[in-house]
Amino acid sequence: MQAFLHQVLSGFATGGIYASVALALVMIYQSTHHVNFAQGEMATFSTYIAWKMISIGFPYWAAFLLTLLFAFVLGVAIERIIVRPFYKAPVLSVIAVFIGLLLIINSLSGALFDYTIKPFPSPFPSDAWYGGPYLSPHEVGMIFVTFVVLALVFVFFRFTPLGLAMRAAAENPVSSRLCGVRVGWMLALGWGLAGLIGAVAGMMTAPVIYLDPYMMFSVLLYGFAGALLGGIDNPWGAVLGGFIVGVLQNIAGAYLVGTELMVTVALVIIIGILVIKPSGLFGRPIVTRV
Amino acid sequence: MRSRSILLTAVAVLALAGSAVAADTPGVTATEIKIGNTMPYSGPASAYGVIGKGETAFWKMVNDQGGVDGHKIDFISVDDGYNPAKAVEQARKLVEEEGVAFLFNPLGTPSNTAIEKYMNAKKVPQLFVATGADKWGDYQHFPWTMGWQPSYRTEAQIYAKYILKEKPNAKIAVLYQNDDFGKDYIAGLKDVLGDKYAKMVVKEASYEVTDPTVDSQIVTLQASGADTLVTAATPKFAAQAIRKVYDIGWKPLHLLTNVSLSVAAVMVPAGPEKGVGVITSNYGKDATDPAWANDPGMNEWRAFMKKYLPDADMKDNNYVYAYGVSLTMLQVLKQCKGDFSRANIMKQAANLKDFEVPTALPGIKINTSPTNYHPIRQMQLQRWDGKTWVRFGDVITGGES
Amino acid sequence: MATLETSRPAASAAAPLFAGLSLRVWQIIGLAAVLAAACVLPFVISSYQLLLATQVIVYAVALLGLNILTGYNGQFSLGHGAFYAIGAYTTAILLDKTGIPYWATIPMAGVLCFIVGFLFGLPALRLEGHYLALATFALAIATPQLLKYKDFDFLTGGVQGIVISAPDAPDGLPLRADQWLYFFCLLWTIPLFIVAWNLLRGRTGRALVAIRDHPLAAATMGIDTARYKSMTFGVSAMYTGIAGALGALLAQFVSPDSFDFFLSVRFLVGVVVGGLASMTGAFFGAIFIEFVPNIADLLSKAAPQAIYGVVLIGCMYLMPTGVMGLVRALGHRLGRWVAR
Repeated sequence: MQAFLHQVLSGFATGGIYASVALALVMIYQSTHHVNFAQGEMATFSTYIAWKMISIGFPYWAAFLLTLLFAFVLGVAIERIIVRPFYKAPVLSVIAVFIGLLLIINSLSGALFDYTIKPFPSPFPSDAWYGGPYLSPHEVGMIFVTFVVLALVFVFFRFTPLGLAMRAAAENPVSSRLCGVRVGWMLALGWGLAGLIGAVAGMMTAPVIYLDPYMMFSVLLYGFAGALLGGIDNPWGAVLGGFIVGVLQNIAGAYLVGTELMVTVALVIIIGILVIKPSGLFGRPIVTRV
Repeated sequence: MRSRSILLTAVAVLALAGSAVAADTPGVTATEIKIGNTMPYSGPASAYGVIGKGETAFWKMVNDQGGVDGHKIDFISVDDGYNPAKAVEQARKLVEEEGVAFLFNPLGTPSNTAIEKYMNAKKVPQLFVATGADKWGDYQHFPWTMGWQPSYRTEAQIYAKYILKEKPNAKIAVLYQNDDFGKDYIAGLKDVLGDKYAKMVVKEASYEVTDPTVDSQIVTLQASGADTLVTAATPKFAAQAIRKVYDIGWKPLHLLTNVSLSVAAVMVPAGPEKGVGVITSNYGKDATDPAWANDPGMNEWRAFMKKYLPDADMKDNNYVYAYGVSLTMLQVLKQCKGDFSRANIMKQAANLKDFEVPTALPGIKINTSPTNYHPIRQMQLQRWDGKTWVRFGDVITGGES
Repeated sequence: MATLETSRPAASAAAPLFAGLSLRVWQIIGLAAVLAAACVLPFVISSYQLLLATQVIVYAVALLGLNILTGYNGQFSLGHGAFYAIGAYTTAILLDKTGIPYWATIPMAGVLCFIVGFLFGLPALRLEGHYLALATFALAIATPQLLKYKDFDFLTGGVQGIVISAPDAPDGLPLRADQWLYFFCLLWTIPLFIVAWNLLRGRTGRALVAIRDHPLAAATMGIDTARYKSMTFGVSAMYTGIAGALGALLAQFVSPDSFDFFLSVRFLVGVVVGGLASMTGAFFGAIFIEFVPNIADLLSKAAPQAIYGVVLIGCMYLMPTGVMGLVRALGHRLGRWVAR
């Protein structure tokens, strides 16, 4: 029983990593209706920038804030320079561009910062009262940060005019433009904010799984699964989905089939749920206008 | 460059008109030896690409120092993306189009398996392959293929013997990567434990390279009640494992693969105090272990790095590996004494006698013979004391499995 | 995801004439020339170049399979590497464990992949767009795991994979083994393309495209969308599986590492670069995924993947609808210019 609890909590910690990336995916989906496969690599690259700043002597929080700024600018720049020309291109062409971006950024991370793993500092003291043998203080802090970001994203889309404008721009660009929304900049802003959330996720993830060029690759895939499971149009659902994926993997590995097939079984369960509920556990049902 | 070497060849052929040159020595001219190599510069294993960079720099150094017996080395290293189908294609390109004399240190168990048959059918040496699998050294079936480093399986056998000696009633847990690398450790443990394997090994847990962490696996292994842990994991996961074992208050006898003994890339990220007591075995020196800070052998390597790869990551042990394996190759070429036919290169590769590499641990000697295609078979156990690896016991020679 | 636009020029009522011959006649002449060239090829290029050419043909078949699903039917797949793997392993296991001749293993691989694809297509009916991407992605991740699972070791050879031999030319044919393998692959490729062409230009093809462009309208018009979609999945998997079987003969080796997730990504890239809903595009896509990594390797050892990515984005920038999209657009323009 104790071991079971330990597995669940450990899964909760991994799920927190997935959830934070899922939030970045929700952000970009809400504002552009695309799933950006390069999101994870952008987060890794931003984390390297933070690592570089810390290693040359910046205080943690200064490096943290500057990295957020960097990630935002990087997101906006990628949208304006690389993705914009594909605004009217077929969806699959856009996805091919995302794959290209993924390869470029991953390769650059390796070429610029080498492949050996790097420890990344945690902002949470290692002997804090909220830590324990099951969840380290950093893991507790990371889950807390995820919920803070979630609350911000929720408030942003639900209550601010800018958030509304961004959703509108993604939902119906033509009508939005007629209403005076600057659709082009809304897309760029969406990329910037998604990059920023990704950078937070990267800097929270790196102390747990160590920084290397592949750090966010698999995290993104499971974050993607979590986001879809919970509902990609719903930040709460996406975060919950991330946690479910993390816990599910651990349970599958420890109790169902053993570790050699744990990823397979976890994915099969997720697909099974989606077949029964095709728009995710907490997503809005898809309504098609005829 | 290419046209000039053709011109030189033409001149050389004219000069030596009548004498037998290049008839049975493909890839070799009077002034040049062509060596081929495949590396995963792209794809999931691109972290190993630095080995190819280190080797390219090494042969440049050799050329700067005058080459081998008046021959410059033309080292052609190409990308196979860690994809066996691509490796076949690239090996054939190197042998048939580039006309290399032999392949040196192609990387990856799947890639080498894919090209092994072709290389032997063509009778082209496939020397010192960069993989820790146990099968490289099958001189009867594949006389043109030779490994270099001790196999993972041999290493696991050493750990199993150590456990039997120190803790005969151990309850063993194994953490392994779910591929040929990880499964060789299971095989090695089984070789030694035999019938006792089922009783002594109370739990095995695998991870995939795409898993973010191995925390769940460590929790599972601890819950099994094991008091000994064998970890066959690459650096990132090894560091996670050492940290998690410590954090949950588990204190097993921890044996760690030598793939992950880097001080800077494993022990320090894990937390130097968290790994105290971890045992590994090795044949080479770690680039970042303070024990070798003033070692003449490692200083030789550092001087090479400083001059030829000034921007490289000095913490990356793959560069040390590249230097050591290249020195072995250089020794073989020197032993050839100007006869660079494929047959003689292979003959000399199987004729290394007590050759010592400055980046190997003291006492580790490289020996080969026509019936021994395992150049390095020796290792020594070492224990982490919180700052450095401390060697203990004798140099152990791995037996035939 | 329902808007996989492909600009197909409307078949003009009065086909324009070029030098007195209709477009159709020119197409047939062109095809005959390409076929003749393909038959002469193995006797004029080196053994290594022939290996590349054979690999391109094999990839083209795999891409055609994916294109039937994605380009014509609008179903997204991030997991076709899995069908390629199943095809390759079927051939490898049959050659390794049984006395079945190599040529007979190819159709068996195709049938097995058809069944797996069809069964996978049934639950996938309920999934669209990103959800289908996730489901197929799961397939791509799960397949290597299953191939190296310890209980299947006796069949699959586990993590070590299976080494097989390439077939020799049949007695009496004066061909080297690699030349024969090229012709063997070509002998499979041509009928597969002809069958696909017949299938896609007729009633079935129109139904698939209708489902892609407007599933509701297609259903209203009496098209059994569920049956078509799952059948398409099966046929698509069959093509890619046959390619995998041929690819195994070519590489003479299969292992779980040969079929990682990136293989599926490469196939998707190939289909998009070649041009969606185009059969000729499969060859351009195959050329892209076969040769661009080699070019990137020549340019940079430090970051070959970055070069690959730049080339990919550059291609999409110049040809947002792929090579065949560009060819169609140019052809359309040429047609108007001639008609004027």
